Amino acid sequence: MLVTPTELRSAEARQPPAPTIGGVAMPVWRLIMLAAGLVVVVAIPFALKNFFIFQITLAIIYAIAILGLNLLTGFNGQFSLGHSAFYAIGAYTAAIMMENLGIGYVWTIPVAAIVCFVFGFLFGLPALRLEGIYLALATFALAIAIPQVLKSSVLEHWTGGVQGIVIIKPDAPFGLPLSSDQWLYLFTVAVAIVMYVCATNLVKSRTGRALIAIRDHPVAASAMGINVSLYKSLTFGVSALYTGVAGALGAIAIGFVAPDSFTFVLAVALFVGLVVGGVASIPGTLVGGLFVLFVPNIAESVSKGLAGAVYGVILLLVIYLMPTGAAGLVRWMTAQFIRLGRARRS
Amino acid sequence: MRSENRALIASLVLCVALAGPALAQKKYDTGASDTEIKIGNIMPYSGPASAYGTIGKALGAYFNKVNAEGGINGRKVTFITYDDGYAPPKTVEQTRRLVENDDVLLILNSLGTAHNTAIQKYLNTKKVPQLFVATGATKFGDPKNFPWTMGWQPNYQSEGRIYAQYILKNHPNGKIGILFQNDDYGKDYVKGLKDGLANKVMIVAELPYEPTDPTVDSQMVSLKASGADIFYNVTTPKFAAQSIKKAAEIGWKPVHLLNSVSASVGAVIRPAGLENAQGILTALYGKDPTDPVWNDDPGRKEWLAFMDKYYPEGDKTSSFPVYGYSVARTMVQVLQQCGDDLTRANVMKQAASLKDYETGMSLPGIKINTSPTDFYPIEQMQMGRFNGESFVPFGPILDGEIGGS
Amino acid sequence: MELFLHQVLAGLATGGIYACMALAVVMIYQAIDHLNFAQGEMAMFSTFIAWQLIQWGFPYWLAFGATIVISFAAGVLIERVVLRPIHDAPILSHVVAFIALLSILNSAAGFLWDWTIKSFASPFGSGQFLGQNLINKHDAGMIAVTILLLLLLYLFFRHTRIGLAMRAAAANPESARLAGIRVGWMTALGWGMAAAIGSVAGMLIAPVVFLEPNMMLSILLYGFAGAVVGGLTSPGGAVIGGFMMGVIENLAGTYIPVVGREMKLSIALIIIVAILTVKPSGLFGRPVVTRV
Repeated sequence: MLVTPTELRSAEARQPPAPTIGGVAMPVWRLIMLAAGLVVVVAIPFALKNFFIFQITLAIIYAIAILGLNLLTGFNGQFSLGHSAFYAIGAYTAAIMMENLGIGYVWTIPVAAIVCFVFGFLFGLPALRLEGIYLALATFALAIAIPQVLKSSVLEHWTGGVQGIVIIKPDAPFGLPLSSDQWLYLFTVAVAIVMYVCATNLVKSRTGRALIAIRDHPVAASAMGINVSLYKSLTFGVSALYTGVAGALGAIAIGFVAPDSFTFVLAVALFVGLVVGGVASIPGTLVGGLFVLFVPNIAESVSKGLAGAVYGVILLLVIYLMPTGAAGLVRWMTAQFIRLGRARRS
Repeated sequence: MRSENRALIASLVLCVALAGPALAQKKYDTGASDTEIKIGNIMPYSGPASAYGTIGKALGAYFNKVNAEGGINGRKVTFITYDDGYAPPKTVEQTRRLVENDDVLLILNSLGTAHNTAIQKYLNTKKVPQLFVATGATKFGDPKNFPWTMGWQPNYQSEGRIYAQYILKNHPNGKIGILFQNDDYGKDYVKGLKDGLANKVMIVAELPYEPTDPTVDSQMVSLKASGADIFYNVTTPKFAAQSIKKAAEIGWKPVHLLNSVSASVGAVIRPAGLENAQGILTALYGKDPTDPVWNDDPGRKEWLAFMDKYYPEGDKTSSFPVYGYSVARTMVQVLQQCGDDLTRANVMKQAASLKDYETGMSLPGIKINTSPTDFYPIEQMQMGRFNGESFVPFGPILDGEIGGS
Repeated sequence: MELFLHQVLAGLATGGIYACMALAVVMIYQAIDHLNFAQGEMAMFSTFIAWQLIQWGFPYWLAFGATIVISFAAGVLIERVVLRPIHDAPILSHVVAFIALLSILNSAAGFLWDWTIKSFASPFGSGQFLGQNLINKHDAGMIAVTILLLLLLYLFFRHTRIGLAMRAAAANPESARLAGIRVGWMTALGWGMAAAIGSVAGMLIAPVVFLEPNMMLSILLYGFAGAVVGGLTSPGGAVIGGFMMGVIENLAGTYIPVVGREMKLSIALIIIVAILTVKPSGLFGRPVVTRV
């Protein structure tokens, strides 16, 4: 026997009380935050101008894309600088379906998801042999190659080549009194909620733990019986799926796809969003999405000529102040509050 | 006169007097008022096409000049310009910001073919003028389908046809090698040349390059090896300079036709080496600011004065500020024609009623003409040859004749 | 056959550019065990400094030397000032810091010197090398300088104590510290040297591609690819990798029908990835062995 029943009972008695802030337990706080978040989310389309609704929609779309990247790089440790490729594939899938095949926009989401999953999985297979910097280069190569492929005359008939494809933005269905921006926002939020719930469940499940184990110590993980190759490839697929869905939504929101829309600049932006939001943090991706959309605009309003430099400086400040991202900052602040609470009580 | 008649006449006179001001009433759409006209613009100030950002700066500088001289019909121009980094999704976002947040009257000289395609549907649905787009893509002069979109510069296909005319006339037995940028702009130029050559088989090599390629040396080597003696050079400034330099280096001296986008002494020829560019041909529609023949020309003097006072950091040897200046002047002409009716519909109407307008830096004989069926303001060009110092126009004024009257 | 020869030579010439950049990439990798994405922009900025010095009347070789010294100092400064605060942050945060640096340098260069191209003099003059119509003087000179740098680096790493100390600091900082090596300053030295090499690369590349703020972006990618294919632990391999990139790209573009021209870069990169799947540490790299 390793532990006697008496030792176990006294150990239980010696457990510190559950952490609280201001007397309210953590799980309750989380519910409060979630409820507040939902209220804000639903209020937005009725409180803001169409243009801002459009911007928030884009921020949420980028957040979903970053979530995809997070699953791969944050939770599974596979460094990807090429997620703009999957975003592009999702976007073009939606565009081709809507304009060339005349299929409704709702169906583009699941189809983009499947197509991108397949692409991601297929790319993940040879990528198994590559680690760290080499994988980064391979994914970067993918990000560069995709616009070239989209432009090529071989596929021009489907992709529209350099001209791109113009997409007609859908209106609210059933004659609801909503502008197309408001409707698109609600549609995006609905999709986002589904995707976020799935991601949270995935990460908390056994599969999620397996992914994290592979990230932290692949040899030990494999020694424990985890099929590392299969999980890594599947993660690539799932990650591509998420970013592809974001791409499809993005295509519908912008109303246009062209090879120039999906350069490696986008891949870099998604990566920056990942780190700023907090690696391996699901709520952090929302901060990342907001950052990717709004900070370049802020930088431009500060200085037209030096917008890039201002952006770089802001980025450096963010990294200095929050080296583990926004999620890291929230975690640290929460820990401070809890400690304050404990100190005051004792 | 009987009193009733007098009363009748008096009341008639009163009616006319009251109606007078109603006829001269001011009409405004969002973005225009008694004191202000708001113009929106999107340019690539960063990213791969950032060299064109100088056009946006020239536009802004010209509107500063207009405001300093009293404005247009007493109204000051507020010119709002945003960066899109040459990415179409950003172009869409910035355009929506200008229209819905900054409440501009119209969008002027937005740059990029894909980028203008991205915002074309939106602006036409919202009935906001998309004027004088900064691209020669032929599709932007289509009043039937997109009545709110208008081009400005000679479209690329017209220019290609002009080169075809020149080749057929002067080198009917030549072999053509083409270097083109693998995008809309490049392909449009190539199409124009091919259409102009009709069925005559003269092209022996047709090589693309990507804007992400570091050099075009490989293509130049292949072109020389193909035996071509006519070089149709459809490249943007950086690659144009590289190709000119490389051609001289490998000893290839074809008849060199350079597209007008890169026919700029300051931005292209000088870095490439003036002696390497001897004899290069292009099609011009504006005065080359480095050509001493215009030293006493009042249009050129006015441009120089403008550059000195309002855009001193701009390159006086480059054609880009000339372009921005000319577009701005055309815009001012349209707004002046609008008078006090500054509705968007009237702006389009006036833009489609330009008659023999000259911008001061256009070549003599080249005039801007538009009509409700002709949304290509500039359609004429003149061949020019580089003589070691500037592009000197020669020959007759040619018409590209594509679409419209 | 003649076309083939010319394409190979042209490929070697462009490959020289990539090899130069690859050397700078390997240098920084040896110092910090990671890739610096801002390497290209640092090289570009250095070249602009050289250009400005020449505009102010400095003779070429004086400007060349001054730029190397300034770049070295700037590299050290960047490591000590900009990267110090995030020393302990996870590696991904470092990558974001590099991206920030890239953005700042690119924007500042455009603001200070404009976005239009400028010509940059070549110290080797123009004209063909040895009179033959094979390779021009500048390309020959560039290849020579690259090989010279390679030799110097090899001697530095293998036969000097500082070189050894730097390799130790990068490979295992804790052990190196225990052995008395000042790891922080070794890293800073590595940055300085990488910046200096980068500035040489920039000054050699600019005469060919023309100087402008965006000139290095795609070249950096080719340099990476070349370094990775050759092996990040082997400077010699990186140089060979750079040359290979140039030749492969040219031949793919010339001889693969239809897609060759349009997707040159993609094809070259696919070949790189294929090589990596067979030899994950690159052609000449030493496989990294980690203790479990």
